[in-house]
Amino acid sequence: MSILSLKTVSKSFGSLKVTDDVSFEVPEGQALGIIGPNGAGKSTLFNLITGNLTADAGTIRFQDQDVTRVPAMQRCFAGVGRSFQIPQPFDHLTVFENLLVAASHGRALDEHEVEADCARILEQTELLPVANKPAGGLSLLQRKRLEMARALATDPKLLLLDEIAGGLTDAECVALIDTIRSVHARGVTIIWIEHVLHALTSVVERLLVLDFGKIIGIGDPEDIMSRPEVKEIYLGIEV
Amino acid sequence: MSDISTTPRYVVTTHTTASRIAATGAVILFLVLVMVPFFAGRGLIQDLFFILTMLVLAQFWNLLAGYGGLVSIGQQAFVGMGAYAMFGGVILAGMDPIPAILLGGVAAFLVAIPTAFFAFRLQGPYFAIGTWVIAEVMRLIMAQVKALGGGTGTSLPRSATREMWATEWIAGMLDVRNSAARDILTYWLALLLAAATIAGIYWLLRSKRGLALSAVRDNPEAAKSVGVDAGRMKWLVFLTSAFGTGLAGALIYVQKARISPDAAFSVTDWTAYVLFIVIIGGIGTIEGPIIGVIIFFLLQALLADYGTWYLFTLGIIGIVVMLFAPRGVWGLISDKTGIQLFPVRRRLSGGTLGEE
Repeated sequence: MSILSLKTVSKSFGSLKVTDDVSFEVPEGQALGIIGPNGAGKSTLFNLITGNLTADAGTIRFQDQDVTRVPAMQRCFAGVGRSFQIPQPFDHLTVFENLLVAASHGRALDEHEVEADCARILEQTELLPVANKPAGGLSLLQRKRLEMARALATDPKLLLLDEIAGGLTDAECVALIDTIRSVHARGVTIIWIEHVLHALTSVVERLLVLDFGKIIGIGDPEDIMSRPEVKEIYLGIEV
Repeated sequence: MSDISTTPRYVVTTHTTASRIAATGAVILFLVLVMVPFFAGRGLIQDLFFILTMLVLAQFWNLLAGYGGLVSIGQQAFVGMGAYAMFGGVILAGMDPIPAILLGGVAAFLVAIPTAFFAFRLQGPYFAIGTWVIAEVMRLIMAQVKALGGGTGTSLPRSATREMWATEWIAGMLDVRNSAARDILTYWLALLLAAATIAGIYWLLRSKRGLALSAVRDNPEAAKSVGVDAGRMKWLVFLTSAFGTGLAGALIYVQKARISPDAAFSVTDWTAYVLFIVIIGGIGTIEGPIIGVIIFFLLQALLADYGTWYLFTLGIIGIVVMLFAPRGVWGLISDKTGIQLFPVRRRLSGGTLGEE
């Protein structure tokens, strides 16, 4: 059964079509990777799925409900969690408070009901040592971890990760992959946009390639990466 | 990932030793301030009334701008509407001025609904200018209401001020004249309003909504993505702040007993000074406006005779603080000492973190 399905979804900014007739389904529990050059419309596609943008045409269904016009907040309640490409922490709140606000509002529970779970997520994402630091003062790796931790705090059924490994060292990347794997192992469906292909392909079971807002391939990662049109798009990028 | 079942339990705390001392100190201070009319002269009571009402206006502007990220420069709209509604209640409906203060709060709340409807469509500086324009429109409208004195304004009827609730009782109890009793009554009401405002805002900030408010201020898009109703939070702070500002406006004009559109909708008196208080004291903290209003009062007392130079000096001080201490005087004190009198931080300790 698919947890998410997009049918002929389109979005334009002025005369520029950034999402062009996109259709695909994601089975529950799967990890899907999305690749494509800069400006291919990957983040816009995420924003359409999370409700931060509204589609001009087409239908987006989440757990068999039409959510095309549903606002971001309601999609979070339904189980859509996301990280942002450029980390967007609540700078003046501490790391722990960043998670508290996500867990208490995203799950519509009282603060005291989610405190222990927030602490557990901080442990899992190795953010516990900076739990009481304002999020505005974190390093890049910590910010990326916070993006994921905050999304996890909402207890998502579908987790959207936007270039979470970008800019990290190899060691940091390995640690991050371990965390993503353990989240996926709990049955959380993942859609992951990433340029760091070795990180992506070590986790995902299916790959989608986007170019100029259109899907040019979707399927087994090895098969997709061997296609000539994909190689052409990624010319110069080490696979 | 460690097994948390084998580690000590996590604990979340908000109180600090300083905050417990501050809470006791605040109760004592409140009781002392209640007793002031029993031993102080009328001049001190009027000064304290001014400080307390400015503190209420500053706390509500701080809630709006410092916590809600809504930098309004049109708060005079709610002072003016609150004051005019109180005058309307007294002059047109024959109400006693004291219950008519509540009418002021309600009127400000009601005009805040269409104001927010238009202003929330504007962002950042456009929102600020938009609120100012709306306040000017209200001033011009009130100047057309002949029954409340039109452009030149009017005074509360002598009978209404003389027979105001509880004044006769206060005059008898403290053996003072009726006009002094009116000052004492409005002072007590200002003290009650200031205490309720600080307690109410503190309660809001320590609640789940307080966290959401900070999240919306820091990043509205990210806040929506984690289930925060950003729109609702903006409405909540805007309407709450309008209601409180309206109450303060009505109370100020019960004490003044005379109103005109230019005075009641003055951007200098009810917004510029309030901004100065919050910025000097420290925006985004409850302590900031308290420190700010004391500094503002002292500067006014020292420089009031220097006319234009007074405003010039306020401006220079405001700019210097913004440049060199953007978190205000309280920010400096708090950074140096780590003291927070009204802590809202949720601190995690215990578990594998140990005691912090």
